[in-house]
Amino acid sequence: MHALREAWAALRRAPLLTALSAAMVALALFVVGLFGVATWNLQQALSRIEDRVEVVAYVRDDARQDELTLAETELLRMPEVRDVRYISKEEALISARQDLPEFEDLFMELEVNPLPASLEIELEEGFRTPDAVARVAELAAVYPFIEDVRYGQEWVDRLFLLQRIGAITTGVLGTAFAVVAALIIGTAIRIALFARREEIYVMRLVGATRGFIRRPFLLEGAFTGVVGGLLAVALTYASFLTVSRLIFPLEWIPLSWMLAGVGAGVIFGLIASALAVRRHLREI
Amino acid sequence: MAGRFPDSPSLPSSVFPRQRSVIKLTGVTKEYPRRGRALDDVSFHLQKGEFAFLTGHSGSGKSTTLRLIHMADRPTRGEVLVSGFSSETTSEREVWKVRRRVGMVFQDFRLLPGRTAQENVEFVLEVTGTPRSTISTRAGRLLAQVGLSAKTGARVEELSGGERQRVAIARALGNEPLVLLADEPTGNLDERASRGILDLFRDLNASGMAVLMATHDLELVRAYPDIRLLELSEGRLVYDSTAEEAPGLPASRDRDAQPDLGSLQGRS
Repeated sequence: MHALREAWAALRRAPLLTALSAAMVALALFVVGLFGVATWNLQQALSRIEDRVEVVAYVRDDARQDELTLAETELLRMPEVRDVRYISKEEALISARQDLPEFEDLFMELEVNPLPASLEIELEEGFRTPDAVARVAELAAVYPFIEDVRYGQEWVDRLFLLQRIGAITTGVLGTAFAVVAALIIGTAIRIALFARREEIYVMRLVGATRGFIRRPFLLEGAFTGVVGGLLAVALTYASFLTVSRLIFPLEWIPLSWMLAGVGAGVIFGLIASALAVRRHLREI
Repeated sequence: MAGRFPDSPSLPSSVFPRQRSVIKLTGVTKEYPRRGRALDDVSFHLQKGEFAFLTGHSGSGKSTTLRLIHMADRPTRGEVLVSGFSSETTSEREVWKVRRRVGMVFQDFRLLPGRTAQENVEFVLEVTGTPRSTISTRAGRLLAQVGLSAKTGARVEELSGGERQRVAIARALGNEPLVLLADEPTGNLDERASRGILDLFRDLNASGMAVLMATHDLELVRAYPDIRLLELSEGRLVYDSTAEEAPGLPASRDRDAQPDLGSLQGRS
């Protein structure tokens, strides 16, 4: 009770600083929030296209049927592999005609079928990660009658690279804002401490516990963190709406992510104020 | 409370006979980085319910002694034992436990300005965990105990020096301490107010509270010849009026070698 009342009094004593600290916490978490939305949507997109992740092994024209059958059986024995389909040269040409009607004329004029036969290797769920795909592709490439193996490596790698760049940017920007937020929270706590230094002196004199003396200031920090966290969620939501309406539709992050964001604000506020209290209590 | 006054078995019983010491200093030396040695091998103890003056010129180490007992500071060497809490083992985190057994008042009162006498006492009760419903009544009772019933609603600025010191004493009594430390409590008061404070201390002492009062007011000390007297000079304990009962203290040895003490020795 005492702590709550004192924390409230401190907030009212320096409302501008409190607002500023909350705004900085909000900015730091906002950056993280934007990254969160991007990551979430990327994950959703990945899970949707995961079903289509497959390895295509192109077969040389001179491959023998028994070799192919043996390879199919061996590949099917791998735990990662769900199914292996043989696509003959003719089938490849037919589906190419269907897929690319604008080249119909070109295909008709062909004297020899230029398309290779292939083995389409479908993967089990849970083995559609870049690592697993690469492992299967490598094994398929070992067969001498396999000319080339494709599995959409380029774009998978590019997506992950994008995500990594996003994470680094988030880390740098988020940390910068967090440091500023910590400094401002520290200043606010310092002002609150000095405004109450006579009371703190008396509290120590008569044997108030350390926790009792510190609690109001920690509460103040936690409160700043909550406000900052909620503000960050609001800012993130506003950006999400803007992008969704004007550029391309996005999915909003789950509730647990939002709660984690606000929780991070609280913990951050607590840590920043605890450090400030530790440091400045010694000065009075 | 069990174990509140554990006697230290490591001390020679000839110097400190087994008794209920509230405060026990053993070979206490305190050195400050710039000021040098403030206390030099000081040993004495104060029993439960005992009253003692601590005198000496300014800079003789009186305030340092009280600060060490209040654990606002730690000795460089030696041990301060307060109500079973040793300066060697009590962590900063636990100092509050010592503070609740040791009341402290100062020459400059150190009350919260802008608040009434009642509010000053209530604040202390609140921060030491007194149930809210009883705070107001208890504060009133404490102020009555120090003779300020009529002034509970007066702000600190409206009170005289003597009255302010009484508020500070009421505040110190909030924890029902075993011992009251007073650092020049009459330093800012006229003679009449000083006597009033001393009489109050004697009343509190009569009800069982130990009192250790630092003062350089020799007039006052002389007026109470029955109160034990400890004298510090340049950080050393040079006189203890009860030294005869505790042979081995430096006081009995140095007694005649201290010309400063002439005026005091004739008092009893």
